[in-house]
Amino acid sequence: MGAKALTRDIKQLKLVANAVRQSIIRSLAEAKSGHSAGSLGFADVFTALYFGIAKHDPRNPDWADRDRIVLSHGHVVPVRYAAMAEAGYFPKEELMTLRKLNTRLHGHPHNEALPGLESSAGPLGQGVSIAVGMALTAKLDQKNHFVYLLTSDGESNEGQVWEAYMFAAKNKLDHLIAILDRNYIQIDGNTENVMPLEPLAEKFRAFNMHVLEMDGNDMKQVMDALEKARKLKGKPTMIIANTIPGKGVSFMEKNYLWHGKAPNPEEAEKALAELNAEKTRLENEG
Amino acid sequence: MAVPLNENMWDPDTLERKPSRDGFGKGLVALGEKNPDVYVLCCDLTDSTRASWFKEKFPERFIQVGVAEQNMAGIAAGMALEGKIPFIASYAVFSPGRNWDQLRVSVCYSNANVKIAGCHAGISVGPDGATHQALEDIAIARVLPRMTVLVPSDWLEAQKATIACGEMNGPAYFRFGRENVNTITVEDTPFRVGKAETFYDGSDVTIVANGLMVYESLMAAKQLEKENISARVINLHTVKPIDREALEKAARETGGIVVAEEHQVQAGTGSAVAEVVSETYPVPMRYVGMPDRFGESGQPKELLQKFGMTASQIALKATDVLKLKK
Repeated sequence: MGAKALTRDIKQLKLVANAVRQSIIRSLAEAKSGHSAGSLGFADVFTALYFGIAKHDPRNPDWADRDRIVLSHGHVVPVRYAAMAEAGYFPKEELMTLRKLNTRLHGHPHNEALPGLESSAGPLGQGVSIAVGMALTAKLDQKNHFVYLLTSDGESNEGQVWEAYMFAAKNKLDHLIAILDRNYIQIDGNTENVMPLEPLAEKFRAFNMHVLEMDGNDMKQVMDALEKARKLKGKPTMIIANTIPGKGVSFMEKNYLWHGKAPNPEEAEKALAELNAEKTRLENEG
Repeated sequence: MAVPLNENMWDPDTLERKPSRDGFGKGLVALGEKNPDVYVLCCDLTDSTRASWFKEKFPERFIQVGVAEQNMAGIAAGMALEGKIPFIASYAVFSPGRNWDQLRVSVCYSNANVKIAGCHAGISVGPDGATHQALEDIAIARVLPRMTVLVPSDWLEAQKATIACGEMNGPAYFRFGRENVNTITVEDTPFRVGKAETFYDGSDVTIVANGLMVYESLMAAKQLEKENISARVINLHTVKPIDREALEKAARETGGIVVAEEHQVQAGTGSAVAEVVSETYPVPMRYVGMPDRFGESGQPKELLQKFGMTASQIALKATDVLKLKK
């Protein structure tokens, strides 16, 4: 037993992210429902966490000193399942059971169904408080692990998240690192039309958080920001990850209609062809 | 056989009067002394919920969340998933009233070991009025899978309930009142989660009650005795998991049931009892509780009187049931 070996090799991480995206497309197409855009957009962040940053052990998911990875906007859980399968938590074939009867991979994550999920999620906002509660416990117990909270811009419509951030700042939970998927889409359209969030970074600063911004689809920037966040002290950190929803599949990118939709077989085939071409390109890169 | 109770209970003037929340405060301190994993979270209601008693003793294990019941439930869930035993204290109208979705998903669905203390429950909150009178909390708590639901009858039982909650594994909701109530139980009165206790023996009709309605039910039984009616009184302090055996036995042996609670009649304790009785041994039933309406301001006694949550109303319903018996 021991922590999973991590890498700083950007090319290698990009190739893993590509494999994660392919798994997302396959599992969603097989499930015939689910959320494509946010899952694809967050693939680089999840890859960086599971393969480059977080202390964890797929063979021992309950390892007491692991970093906690808490997904709050549970509808993008296909990206988490894909990353976990890639990391060795369970066989990749199991991804094909997504959303099906008797699966461990529910449409929204259930902590009891699959080891390593940390928490259940679905109704937006709840995971933020759960992550804060975990970070508080770590601090009370004088533990050094980090709690990585994955959240989204649409989710920030919920009042509960702001209650939780206030509490995190009050308690100086500097081992809480939130990563917010800023992809500007939610079910009913553009976030700034549904319920404007800007100036978002200023809001988090006003809530007494460290704020970092990055291109959430640029692996180097993602790794740099996550590493920097661990060194910030005295306050919780919010990393705003600017991402492209549907990233990696041209016809899904930036189209809010792909928020809650799975690809049909033809669309999946087209998507996989694009991702395979990208994989070849990456492999041939210097 | 009836369990041991305060031998002076028929003489109300001699009974110690305390609010059941005091038992919660004492129970928390007892738990805190025994188990370092017990934490108490509160939403800006530290004194009135009696969470302050724990805070004084264990300041490092008291967590002030501010007026944010949803966040409190979620933080407690996160702590519980990390192995702590968090108690969240607020008024029942806010918790489980306001954070029900968090209790459903973050706590019950996730099987987080969170204890929810709903204070100031029932109409007897009094002058604060309808917004602060939790009359729906038993219904919304008991419908959640995995949730244990406890309604203690006096401060001593509330203390036992609090300790029992802390020692069991899994989500639990327990409600307390603000008002002073007569202390009818004693140290030796048994308390086990899931076990209804017979507080008074009787054979003609059964009165099932919890919270402060237990005392009213005992008084009703005494009144009925004068009319040569023998009423059994069962303290159903655990609404869930419900004691099916005791209820079926009561239905068989007495042939009629009245349920009395400080809660809406629909979906609360009465409905829980009816679910069991209708399945096991159907008998005529009547209900004492809030008749599908909101409360209002007034003194606790006046309100209980106005809405019929009194010994004489319980006795009246018991005679109704007797008329329906075959």
